[in-house]
Amino acid sequence: MPSTLFEKLWNAHVVHEQAGQPSLLYIDLHLLHEVTSPQAFAGLRAAARGVRRPNLTFATADHNVPTTNRALPIADPIAAIQIETLAQNCREFNIQLFDFNSAEQGIVHVIGPELGLTQPGMTVVCGDSHTSTHGHGAFGALAFGIGTTEVEHVLATQCVPQNKPRTMLIQTKGHLPEGVSAKDLALGIIGQIGTDGATGHVIEYAGEAVCSLSMEGRMTLCNMSIEAGARAGMVAPDDQTFHYLQGRPFAPSGAERDAALAYWQTFKTDPGAAFDQVVEIDAATLEPFVTWGTSPGMVVPISGNVPDPRAGRTAAERGSTERALEYMALAPHTSIENISIDRVFIGSCTNARLEDLRAAARVVNGYRISRSVKAMVVPGSQNVKRAAEAEGIDQVFREAGFEWREPGCSMCLGMKPDILKAGERCASTSNRNFEGRQGRGGRTHLVSPMMAAAAAISGHFTDVRKWEFKE
Amino acid sequence: MIPFRIHSGRVALLDRANVDTDQIVPKQFLKRIERTGFGAFLFHDWRYLPDGEPNPSFSLNHPRYRGASILVTGKNFGCGSSREHAPWALVDFGFRAIIAPSFADIFANNCLKNGLLPVVLGDTQVAKLGARARENEDYEVTVNLEECTVTDSQGFSSVFAIEEFQRQCLLDGLDDIGLTLHLEAEIAAYEIKRPAWIR
Ligand code: SF4
Repeated sequence: MPSTLFEKLWNAHVVHEQAGQPSLLYIDLHLLHEVTSPQAFAGLRAAARGVRRPNLTFATADHNVPTTNRALPIADPIAAIQIETLAQNCREFNIQLFDFNSAEQGIVHVIGPELGLTQPGMTVVCGDSHTSTHGHGAFGALAFGIGTTEVEHVLATQCVPQNKPRTMLIQTKGHLPEGVSAKDLALGIIGQIGTDGATGHVIEYAGEAVCSLSMEGRMTLCNMSIEAGARAGMVAPDDQTFHYLQGRPFAPSGAERDAALAYWQTFKTDPGAAFDQVVEIDAATLEPFVTWGTSPGMVVPISGNVPDPRAGRTAAERGSTERALEYMALAPHTSIENISIDRVFIGSCTNARLEDLRAAARVVNGYRISRSVKAMVVPGSQNVKRAAEAEGIDQVFREAGFEWREPGCSMCLGMKPDILKAGERCASTSNRNFEGRQGRGGRTHLVSPMMAAAAAISGHFTDVRKWEFKE
Repeated sequence: MIPFRIHSGRVALLDRANVDTDQIVPKQFLKRIERTGFGAFLFHDWRYLPDGEPNPSFSLNHPRYRGASILVTGKNFGCGSSREHAPWALVDFGFRAIIAPSFADIFANNCLKNGLLPVVLGDTQVAKLGARARENEDYEVTVNLEECTVTDSQGFSSVFAIEEFQRQCLLDGLDDIGLTLHLEAEIAAYEIKRPAWIR
């Protein structure tokens, strides 16, 4: 029977099955970070259990690391304890750590693919919801976020019990127009299906617009799957994927690569395989998107306006629109282009890879940021930062008035000190615009890197499709 | 894990949809390395005004909901970040069950691992419970996991669905890591077959 990419991944990892119980899945790669792992290690110790496969487990510090000078001690004592606890746990249990000061440090979802840890056909977990979404899925891997108790489960057994999710195919038609990025595709999808549109499902993205995305673009797209409620998002691996992996430190090489290639090629959906749900997206008609509210589904094209709560279909919808507009301090019908901003954040596991920084720098090149705006770029990893610096991208940003920071999650989740002040409005390339996400009272608008860059220069949202590039 | 069998308790209403885990426990409190003590931070930015005083307009601050152990709320509760700190905070605050039309996947899973029961009821039933909590002082319901029912003294009675395996784990307070460790032979047999380059 023809099967989907997801079913192949699932079936290849079932260790144990029993009717009426979740299946026990084997995990090929387990990634850890400092925020969701300490209690898992404490649990192991309390039960006198060990880590079953330290060699399939990797850790990095990203959520709480300062993005300013790394030579200084960490100012926040509690963050310092968390980062030190991770280091101690990794030493005790023999786990490779890309520490706060290492040349490979970065956001866990950026470094997994970058180091070649993530490969097609794998199961990948991390105590972080964006595992599903982040890059790993872009490789034809089944990657999903888990809670801390499950982190402990995987540490102890290298397996995790899971109920089989349903499958959703998102079939794109046509190509994304110039100036419309993978981020806009992701926001457009969430706008169409809603933040719970894919709950209980694993999404496979397919069609022309997806195939023609770069690997980094696919990572951005998969990254946002969780914002539609999905357990995971994936794209079938193709030649571009195999090429991307070539020569990466943890990717197979030599004779092993040949064997791996043959195996990887089997991970695609067979013609005629059935999905539980199919959604069609007309990519050619998409525009750059901007969120106006406090959930990623509250999104409109740049040419649009802030909605009127009275237009909501249900009382609940009207109520949540009203509440969101109040929090965001926006009046109904305001044109998106007329919304002024105070801060710009280019970073996060969604949009802090080299291609993202290149796209934003192309917009910024030759301009200065608006005098009323404070802007920062936080590369996704040390590798991204070095590569960008080698191309002179840091200079483009610096000359325009952006701050150029050290890698980490930074203002994506607004861990101190990288936060918005109450009332500040931010154009952000991250993935969540929840109330207070970037700082209590802060107002977040999600956009693509190019749109964030253009907003930094203009001081308000502006349609990057009309941008005058100074090459 | 504390077993969950039959629980009666006061109901608190949080009448919002899509409550995300950033609201349940704001990130500034994620730096602790223990599992306990998160109740103090539950819904922090909603519960407290910027000056640190309790926010009188936030429903959980209403005196009538004090001591509630059952939360009734809107759809897609627990969306967003996978932080298990969210159920830890709810449990630490005193909640044993949450009743909503739907839950985000990772959150529901995390609840089950912490003895906190996510109960899915239809929109109209949830609305009915919400209205009763709003209208009656000391409104209580009973969540019975042995029979999978939610009932009150005014004749409300509704059945909910839950996976049998999860139900058993909750009823017995089972540690599922222990269960998996019993499958050692199968795990070892699986490992031998894994491709060489990822071993
Ligand atoms: S960048 Fe943001 S979304 Fe990504 S892992 Fe860090 S905190 Fe989570």
